[in-house]
Amino acid sequence: MDPKPATYPAAPLIEPGHTFGSITDKISAVVLSGRQPISWFVVLSIGLLLCGMLGMAITWLLIKGTGIWGINIPVGWGFAIINFVWWIGIGHAGTLISAILLLLKQGWRTSINRFAEAMTIFAVMCAGLFPLIHTGRPWLAAYWLFPYPNTMSIWPQFRSPLIWDVFAVSTYFTVSLLFWYVGLIPDLATLRDKAKHRGLRIAYGMLSLGWRGSARHWQRYEHIYLLLAGLSTPLVLSVHTVVSFDFAIGIVPGWHATIFPPYFVAGAIYAGFAMVLTLAIPLRKIYGLEDFITMRHLENMAKVTLLTGLIVAYGYMSEAFFGFYSANKYEGFMIWNRMTGPYWPYYWTLVFCNILTPQWLWIKRVRTSPLPLFMVAMVVNCGMWLERFVIVITSLHRDFLPSSWGMYYPTMWDWMTFVGTLGLFITLFFLFIRALPMISIFEMRSMAPEARMPGGKGH
Amino acid sequence: MSQIFARSTNIWSKVSILAVPILVAFLGWAVVTISWSGYVTGQGLTRDQPVQFSHAHHVGSMGIDCRYCHTTVEESAFANIPPTKTCMNCHSQIWTSAPILEPVRASFRDNTPLQWWRVHDLPDFVYFNHSIHVAKGVGCATCHGPVDRMPLVYQENTLQMSWCLDCHRNPQKYIRPRDQVFNMSWQRPADDPGMGERLVKDYKIADVRQLTSCSTCHR
Repeated sequence: MDPKPATYPAAPLIEPGHTFGSITDKISAVVLSGRQPISWFVVLSIGLLLCGMLGMAITWLLIKGTGIWGINIPVGWGFAIINFVWWIGIGHAGTLISAILLLLKQGWRTSINRFAEAMTIFAVMCAGLFPLIHTGRPWLAAYWLFPYPNTMSIWPQFRSPLIWDVFAVSTYFTVSLLFWYVGLIPDLATLRDKAKHRGLRIAYGMLSLGWRGSARHWQRYEHIYLLLAGLSTPLVLSVHTVVSFDFAIGIVPGWHATIFPPYFVAGAIYAGFAMVLTLAIPLRKIYGLEDFITMRHLENMAKVTLLTGLIVAYGYMSEAFFGFYSANKYEGFMIWNRMTGPYWPYYWTLVFCNILTPQWLWIKRVRTSPLPLFMVAMVVNCGMWLERFVIVITSLHRDFLPSSWGMYYPTMWDWMTFVGTLGLFITLFFLFIRALPMISIFEMRSMAPEARMPGGKGH
Repeated sequence: MSQIFARSTNIWSKVSILAVPILVAFLGWAVVTISWSGYVTGQGLTRDQPVQFSHAHHVGSMGIDCRYCHTTVEESAFANIPPTKTCMNCHSQIWTSAPILEPVRASFRDNTPLQWWRVHDLPDFVYFNHSIHVAKGVGCATCHGPVDRMPLVYQENTLQMSWCLDCHRNPQKYIRPRDQVFNMSWQRPADDPGMGERLVKDYKIADVRQLTSCSTCHR
């Protein structure tokens, strides 16, 4: 696993002393023991409360219309788009961990891929909610968004990046869900076999699709898993590229930039890894999983965060440079307005969160200390949300014509919807922890010393 | 360990692999079929009117011109429903005591209009103007069908947007010479295939891009 153990004395991927049995017992006990730590109940209760608030905000939205939000001309895209881009970006780390690191044979993906993929799916669900409710009439959205032979004999505008977005996001969700589910099947079979209660055995038995662990099953599993990894890999790059087209195809200064696709993809992975860290650090503590999610994992994720953070910083600097170098007065004004206009605190907080804060990660002691790492990750989460705020709001609120300038102020309902989706995410994630193994049992078994003995399954 | 599932589960799981796509396909087919059906569009449905007024008799047999009753069709967006007085032009002289015409006489006596059921009802978000269609050579029968053979008027076409757009995209396939607009028995001449294109040019019918622009109909 470790190519140069002599010169690279990194922390192990699994702490010593674990056997196949101890791994299986430890991970499946979270689901099957029926006992959850008190913090699980606390967090789930908060999540459910926030879900109730989300339900209230959406109900009022459907009754009154999108006028309850702060959006108006000139800022027609407010929180809904900010939150959409933020959530969908978060999902990207899960796909990167599960697909790209698999193809690159990075062993350290093993203990974090399962919950990172779950994070992807729940983040995409939260993201998908926003464009739907932004239409104001989500029950009509299917017929606005999807091309199908209809009684109007018209099609969606295929030249619009918004329709590309529909395809990008729905493909992303479908592939992520399949990938996650396929990876779960052997573990679902383990749970089926270990469960005591008959109802649980039937439920996990149905979900595991008759998995018996025969050689043929494993061969098919490896095939489909690799195929899905191959399908997911371009999605890591393409989905956020298409999301960036929502902006870059428009002619608004601050949006119409060729740097947007790579800069968005890097930002997505950056935000995603920060979110994986935000989830992993409390989880390993609450459930005592320090043996499986080791310092090595945290440090590697911190390194990816630092790298993508530097790419994002390069993107910000390019934007500022283009504003000057283009000699275009609208571009120049846009960047000047960002830095010194009415939204200047957002811009400079963003620079603090996304450029300055991750510089702590150059220090090995920060990368290997859970609490400072958690704090850096939280700051990056906020910073990436601010980035989308700055891109959407400061570009729109003052464009070409001073007579059409305006300000954007989010309303209570904007905040309730945003915070509500955080609750939805927390709720889904904690239900996932309760019902499914949050770490891949069979892949962790392949990390145990037994697996590397002659005849062991080094898979 | 005892088995959780009975042996028959195997066959059920295999059947479900087939059954789910078939069920989804069936549901899709059902939605499409229902949304194109007369039940939804009103196509082909006749309604009971307060008076059993027969277009077949008045137009087909007697030869009354459309514009005798629907006087505003050439100048206005709306082709009017005639007032009772128009009926009484003739029916004060003929069939004066026919029981079937009693609602007409009652309407005339009491000065209260007859409450006809509207057959061709476009949604309120569509702007439709009869006069421009008549002026550009769209025949009555093109949209309303063979009214001269309808004992009770029914909706000949779906009135769905796809039906509107079919003509707005290909006007040359549907328009006719202006002097034939009110001719219920006009047939497209078989020996003049270029007539449609010629009329589109002669009548200065707008470009297809303008005819199919959203705000042409949705104002």
